[in-house]
Amino acid sequence: MNNAEKQYTDLYSRFSGMIKGNSSDVMNSVRDRAMDSFLKLGFPGKKDEKFRYTDVASCFAPDYGMNLGRVKPKVNPYESFKCNVANISTFQIFTVNDSFYTDMKAPASMPEGVMIGGLHDMALKYPELVGRYYARAACADADSLVAFNTAFAQDGVFIYVPDNVVLDKPVQIVNVRSSEGIDFMANRRLLIALGRGAQAKVLVCDHAQGDSRFLSTQTAEIFTGENAVLDYYEVEETDSSNIRMAGTYVRQEAGSSFRMSGVTLTNGLTRNTIGVTLEGEGAETILNGLVIADKKQHVDNNTVIDHKASHCVSRELFKYVLDDAAVGAFAGKVLVRPGAVKTDSEQVDKNLCLTKDARMYAQPQLEIYADDVKCSHGATVGQLDESAVFYMRQRGLSLKEARMLLMFAFAGEVIDSIKLEPLKERLHRLAELRFRGELSKCNGCRVCKK
Amino acid sequence: MQKEKENNKFVREVADEKYKYGFTTQVDTDIIPKGLNEDVIRLISAKKQEPDWLLQFRLDAYRYWLTLEMPRWAHLDIPDIDFQDISYYADPLAGKKNRPGSMDEVDPELVKTFNKLGIPLEEQMALSGVAVDAVMDSVSVKTTFKETLMDKGIIFCSISEAVRQHPDLVRQYLGSVVSSRDNFFAALNSAVFSDGSFVYIPKGVRCPMELSTYFRINAAETGQFERTLIIADDDSYVSYLEGCTAPMRDSNQLHAAIVEIYVHDRAEVKYSTVQNWYPGDKDGKGGIYNFVTKRGLCKGVASKLSWTQVETGSAITWKYPSCVLAGDDSQAEFYSVAVTNNYQQADTGTKMIHLGRNTKSTIISKGISAGRSQNSYRGLVRVSPKADNVRNYSQCDSLLLGDKCGAHTFPYMDIHNDTAVVEHEATTSKISEEQLFYCNQRGISTEDAIGLIVNGYAKEVVNKLPMEFAVEAQKLLQISLEGSVG
Amino acid sequence: MNMLEIKDLHASVNGKEILKGINLTVKPGEVHAIMGPNGSGKSTLSSVIVGNPAFEVTKGSMTFNGKDLSQLSPEERSREGLFLSFQYPVEIPGVSMVNFMRAAVNEHRKYKGLPALTASEFLRLMRDKRKVVELDNKLANRSVNEGFSGGEKKKNEIFQMAMLEPCLSILDETDSGLDIDALRIVADGVNKLKTPETSVIVITHYQRLLDYIKPDIVHVLYKGRIVKTAGPELALELEEKGYDWIKKELGE
Repeated sequence: MNNAEKQYTDLYSRFSGMIKGNSSDVMNSVRDRAMDSFLKLGFPGKKDEKFRYTDVASCFAPDYGMNLGRVKPKVNPYESFKCNVANISTFQIFTVNDSFYTDMKAPASMPEGVMIGGLHDMALKYPELVGRYYARAACADADSLVAFNTAFAQDGVFIYVPDNVVLDKPVQIVNVRSSEGIDFMANRRLLIALGRGAQAKVLVCDHAQGDSRFLSTQTAEIFTGENAVLDYYEVEETDSSNIRMAGTYVRQEAGSSFRMSGVTLTNGLTRNTIGVTLEGEGAETILNGLVIADKKQHVDNNTVIDHKASHCVSRELFKYVLDDAAVGAFAGKVLVRPGAVKTDSEQVDKNLCLTKDARMYAQPQLEIYADDVKCSHGATVGQLDESAVFYMRQRGLSLKEARMLLMFAFAGEVIDSIKLEPLKERLHRLAELRFRGELSKCNGCRVCKK
Repeated sequence: MQKEKENNKFVREVADEKYKYGFTTQVDTDIIPKGLNEDVIRLISAKKQEPDWLLQFRLDAYRYWLTLEMPRWAHLDIPDIDFQDISYYADPLAGKKNRPGSMDEVDPELVKTFNKLGIPLEEQMALSGVAVDAVMDSVSVKTTFKETLMDKGIIFCSISEAVRQHPDLVRQYLGSVVSSRDNFFAALNSAVFSDGSFVYIPKGVRCPMELSTYFRINAAETGQFERTLIIADDDSYVSYLEGCTAPMRDSNQLHAAIVEIYVHDRAEVKYSTVQNWYPGDKDGKGGIYNFVTKRGLCKGVASKLSWTQVETGSAITWKYPSCVLAGDDSQAEFYSVAVTNNYQQADTGTKMIHLGRNTKSTIISKGISAGRSQNSYRGLVRVSPKADNVRNYSQCDSLLLGDKCGAHTFPYMDIHNDTAVVEHEATTSKISEEQLFYCNQRGISTEDAIGLIVNGYAKEVVNKLPMEFAVEAQKLLQISLEGSVG
Repeated sequence: MNMLEIKDLHASVNGKEILKGINLTVKPGEVHAIMGPNGSGKSTLSSVIVGNPAFEVTKGSMTFNGKDLSQLSPEERSREGLFLSFQYPVEIPGVSMVNFMRAAVNEHRKYKGLPALTASEFLRLMRDKRKVVELDNKLANRSVNEGFSGGEKKKNEIFQMAMLEPCLSILDETDSGLDIDALRIVADGVNKLKTPETSVIVITHYQRLLDYIKPDIVHVLYKGRIVKTAGPELALELEEKGYDWIKKELGE
């Protein structure tokens, strides 16, 4: 066991009483087992195939503060987060570090039976309902980061949409940080369950910015019941001091649809693990991702789509634009289990490296154990289309502007897949600012100052 | 149509033979006792009358090997191998006092064996334009056309002979492409390698005939650890072929080879393999474990290396013929067809390591899985920071015959240069029912139709092989898939 | 003053010399036709004039309105008033025609010291110019050339020409792949845009485009050189007899 691991196992053995005392039975019921699993697995090493490109142990090595005693953060997120998306009407909730912000403004009226709130409170109030889902999609036995998060997490967000209820208004979860100048760690959970035929849109904005080191682990568990539809968006706009270790685990019933778009605009080091299991026939998964990175940003997206049932469709589109000394990694595994016939799976990964120091690692994978399937993947690393650049210059555009337009177009393909119009508009604009170098130049709340 | 029918008839006849190379040869073979330790290595080295530096090379590799564990990262289910339960040296020429110089001195049983394999050792009977080095178990039996080639300054002989007659060349190049510390099996091979071919093409010489090595495992409970070293000096050209078979035995046998190719300025090497080691029976019993390290170094500017492989045999294949593109403007190709049936497992592909500027590589891989087999493509394309203007194109297709088998694709792209254009495409699908039905409607049986379709699917790769090999490869593809439908 | 003056121009691509000493002078208001068999260097000539970086000028000079073209980037040549209607207009997915043209028009205006157009002024301009080649509004809203038919792509080229009002337009095989109606529309568009001050170079294989766009001077380009220059009657003669008689004249 290395030092990074030891400080957490020691911490747990000394403070597990405090952790449990400030948590719920539902979350505590799997806690010790998760720690046992973490003890067994440790942090993934570089030899771990799934973590070839991200050194997890060194991310966890510093001595971070944790809010195990659940002291209420002093920050008012309404003040620190102002960059609302223009013309978007959402049901907005906050987490500060890993605590659900309870002093929120009066919530809009919700359809009957819909529950949106802090996971800690919900687990105390509705243990049976939360227990039905908690730790059922993210497996702590096999994944040490899930194990770590399950051992330490005490709060987060719970969203439940009952059968046949359609939630028109998107739910916007904003993660803000309050670390007051010390190195800090937050361990957060998201739990989203949609009943049969339910529909919802969820937008998660990771907005943690500050001047000390900040590590957040987030485990999101998502359940889509039969024929349910969930649009799930994640936008990361953190800063170079931020380390994000996020896992999103999805279980889909028959006929359900899960559409995810993840956009990383500014960050420090990010690892997104996405695992989707298609458990019912005829389900559909769409995973899209866009990464725009420069300086020393590091973004690692690792996806697994597990086709367990027949007649399912999966589509993936990931695009990276890497400038300066940024590092991008994409691994996308499509697993087709025996009997998952008529699987239709496509994956596309396209990447632009803009400098010599930028690095891209692409690792598409197909693992197929059924014969009547249609699966494909394509991955490219390259430059902008030179003939298009010349065509535009012939019409009078400067070389720089021609390249810029082509980069917007490159990134735009992912953004266009977003079905939330105001968010789409805003991301187009943010991408443009980002490419023009105007986002990363500005400190603080970059967008509002524009 | 008529011709096709005849073709199919022929194929069926061949197919009925199942694995037609499964016989054994009765010949006095000197097999050293099982087990591996420094004394065994000294014994092998002594039997081959090797110089001390080579013994030290072996011992160093062996000591390093002891520190390693068998790699488990491949998508393979490899049973534990007891490396002490293998004999590391088997010499079918043991009866002879002197190594055969002329045909009359080669044991007639061995000549018969190679004749049965379609590899005549008499030069007058040989395929025109193909020189052969025939290796059985640990020893090179006979190399044909040696003198003809020598006239041009081309050295083509067994590596044991090269050690004796061209020690400086061997010493300079041995381990220069695949270090004895490269991996577990490379270290093992470097410690115990027995025979294999040595090729040296001098500056400016185009080798006038195909060079070929035929590997045959005969003795039971032995491993074969061949070592091949090919050096193409400036502006030279050679096309080299490798074929292999083994008897049918119930126990598994280990074949752990190293092939090193060193390509100098503007030289070109084509390396073709038709690998048909015994794959085991339909229940997965027996068969060869084929754990091979093959690598070429395109050291020179504008040098060129092309790997073509048709893999139909072996119980387990672990093999990634690779290219290090060090010289500016060098080019590499990898064309592969891998067929697995019954309980066969294959994890094969290539590595293209781009170090030089303006280097180009192409990867075309076709996997065909049937029965209960598992077939994986694993490949790496790496572009180093200094390698400007690299181009790579990879296409990996998998075809599935039946619902009990698996087809997997694991490409890796590590790109550290902004001027690279690297493209990878992969598809997996089952054999088209429409095509099968179309063939059926024209009166072609399903099994024959599969043969036709598979051959069409593999054509792009098979066409890269020299003529004689292409024909053999086509037959093999069909034989290997026999019994995969129904 | 001469508008375009090309002297002893040699150019190569990938080390292979394609143009082997071109001399050509175009005066304001003139229409030139350049004809010649496949592979004679016609498209190379147009690419070199507009500064395609894939081609290397190895010898000779080109001046345009008195300026040395070798000193100008492709975009500066465009802003100086050089326009190429591409033989194969490239598709640019994700870049809308509107954004593309607005950027181009405003770059041209900036170069002339004019203020950028407002959004509504620009849209009005688009609407007016679309009529020149009967370009469908739907196409203007799509990505540049993406999913356009062959005829639509060529119309789109002439539409852009109308937007940018160049003083020298080079039409590189603009007639290829056009049916007779589209050919007429495209040619009419070019004629409508023609003024006494502007010039056109028509590169073509066939006479038929020249029935619509009447050339003043016809050149035959062969093996990288202009081997014959005459009046419009030369085009008719070529249509009738093919190129073989020219080869014979050259003693081949």
